[in-house]
Amino acid sequence: MTTPESRKGLLGLGLALGLFYLLLWPLLGIKAEGLFFADAFAVWWRVALPVVLCFLVYLLRDKPALLAVRRTGQRLGSSLSGLISALPRPLLAAIGLALALVFPFCTERYAQDVAINVLVYVCLGLGLNVVVGLAGLLDLGYIAFYGVGAYTYALLAVHFHLSFWLCLPIAASLAAVAGCIIGYPTLRMRGDYLAIVTLGFGEIVRIILNNWMSLTNGPNGILSVPPPDIFWPSFESGFSFEHIWLKKLIYLYFIILLLALATIVAVYRINNSRIGRALEAIREDETAAELMGVNTFLLKLLAYAMGAVFGGVAGTFFAARMRFVSPESFTFIESAMVLAMVVLGGMGSIPGVILGALALIALPEVFRGFELYRMLVFGGVMCLMMIFRPRGLWPAKRLGTRSEDRE
Amino acid sequence: MQFFLQQFINGITLGGVYALIALGYTMVYGIIQLINFAHGEFFAAGGYLGVILLTWLAAQGLPPVICIALALVLAMIYCAVLAMCVEKVAYKPLRQSPRLSVLLSALGMSIFLQNGLMLTQGVYDRAYPTAMTSGGFEVGGILVSYMQIFIVAITAILLLGLNALVFRTRIGKAMRATAQDKTMSALVGINASHIISLTFAIGAGLAAAAGIMVGFYYGSINYSMGFVPGIKAFSAAVLGGIGNITGAMLGGFIIGMVEIFAAGYISSEYKDVFAFIILILVLYFMPTGIMGENVDDTRV
Repeated sequence: MTTPESRKGLLGLGLALGLFYLLLWPLLGIKAEGLFFADAFAVWWRVALPVVLCFLVYLLRDKPALLAVRRTGQRLGSSLSGLISALPRPLLAAIGLALALVFPFCTERYAQDVAINVLVYVCLGLGLNVVVGLAGLLDLGYIAFYGVGAYTYALLAVHFHLSFWLCLPIAASLAAVAGCIIGYPTLRMRGDYLAIVTLGFGEIVRIILNNWMSLTNGPNGILSVPPPDIFWPSFESGFSFEHIWLKKLIYLYFIILLLALATIVAVYRINNSRIGRALEAIREDETAAELMGVNTFLLKLLAYAMGAVFGGVAGTFFAARMRFVSPESFTFIESAMVLAMVVLGGMGSIPGVILGALALIALPEVFRGFELYRMLVFGGVMCLMMIFRPRGLWPAKRLGTRSEDRE
Repeated sequence: MQFFLQQFINGITLGGVYALIALGYTMVYGIIQLINFAHGEFFAAGGYLGVILLTWLAAQGLPPVICIALALVLAMIYCAVLAMCVEKVAYKPLRQSPRLSVLLSALGMSIFLQNGLMLTQGVYDRAYPTAMTSGGFEVGGILVSYMQIFIVAITAILLLGLNALVFRTRIGKAMRATAQDKTMSALVGINASHIISLTFAIGAGLAAAAGIMVGFYYGSINYSMGFVPGIKAFSAAVLGGIGNITGAMLGGFIIGMVEIFAAGYISSEYKDVFAFIILILVLYFMPTGIMGENVDDTRV
């Protein structure tokens, strides 16, 4: 319940929010050519309205009128969660899988496209989850591994005509090597220095991709990257294997579903293994973990490499699906997006990350009219999440705090 | 030799800009151990406000010197108030939370402000009224533009002013005390909350001035221009020793020089890479920086 002190703090926050809004408004309404208050108003009322509504609901949450609504909501929520926890987990997973398998047969091209995007980001988010969620190392340059994977496949496939399936492990291992190269010098650093250095590394990779004209064709990117292919048994005129390019969206959907499932299983296994526990021990208290005989340096490097592998795999698929790669796909904002998925969903939690990917990729598609506002809302939500629900939408079960934070 | 001297002058100009941005990072980090990602956005907002004010003031028929001075002061005040609000909204409620949460909140704020700027000021580059500072003179074959003199002069005034504020006044003493030990300074009656707000305000004001200078230096500004100079300035702060005000000034000039000389002698495409490489090398071999770090780990 609200104590006078927290009420005062809340009031202060509300006042600051109001002032913040007032400050933003004039800056954005005034341009060098003249006054454009109407334009600025069109932008900011869309932001202000939901914020004010949420804030009002938050303030009124103990009032009797809302209490009844809240009680029913709670009862519904608890019965729903009771139902979910009553079902065995394999059954839940099976239902999810069945839905995912049926999905492309009852939807349009557009929905399939969005679903493919979501699944790519699920792979990325789960990979980053190993680094940030499990080992507690904030990595702001994660998209570099995605880029390494994408460019590895694009270059190998265009110049050496290697198959997608052969490039997948090559790209994954190259990404892991890149992870080790980035990880080795940075892992001895303090937590927040690590963040800024990984950010720097991410930018270095992008700048190199942008400027190494002879290899990457610079900002023009690499065109006509081949799609994935398979050899399908064919029985026309005797038995033979037919070479098929998988260009149709529905095939691509199944490939990325397969990759995402593999990622989920792998991350689940890492979570519940000796390595996962050791990484969590490092996250909770590095010194204590070292004392218990955990080789912290090697394990942190391993966490980096494992995270990078999933990034590389997702990157390979991305190149094969878009059939085009350019440095513009690997900017810092993509890293921030993947990180936001992990944070929004709940660090260290697999269903949380999947939920986060759905929320950040699929929801904006629903609100197409607000396309431009996506990143704006996204930054604001990230702030608010940290203030009001720092553990994410679906928090992981085992979660503590690093000892250095508690002091 | 001529080329070297020319590059040296360019380096001082750019270094001054980085030094101004780095001060905001280093002062905030020194007090609350937060890499303020939104700092680059104060810099960009300062640049935009500068061009808006300059155009408006010039249309009123004021002489260029007064235009620039007024625009500079107003933009600095605006960004200072904006930074104080950002601190109240996004960082103050998180004083007791894990560091990762505050860092993510800062990142969210940075994305929010950057996209707010993009949505209302447009995606395209905006030209600066560089005609105001055009012209220059030649000394022994080296070209010195008025714009460079203007940037160096303003930077020098601001840096000297900050030095006087931090090392000569009571407020400065309170700031240094808070950065050193928050518990002890609270015991002698210094309100840490006020000092933190003030630190954000000063840092953002300096960043706004830097934004206007970058506008004049490159001739145009962009909504996302805060990002890369932000990382470079943070590198400068780390290079000088984080939390150390003199160190940040020194680090800014070194990073500016390195960038200009690397662009001149090695490769201009990869000039951004050198700042990052310096950052990584410094953190690896000399994590406390040149002048030594000055950070208080306790929390309020």
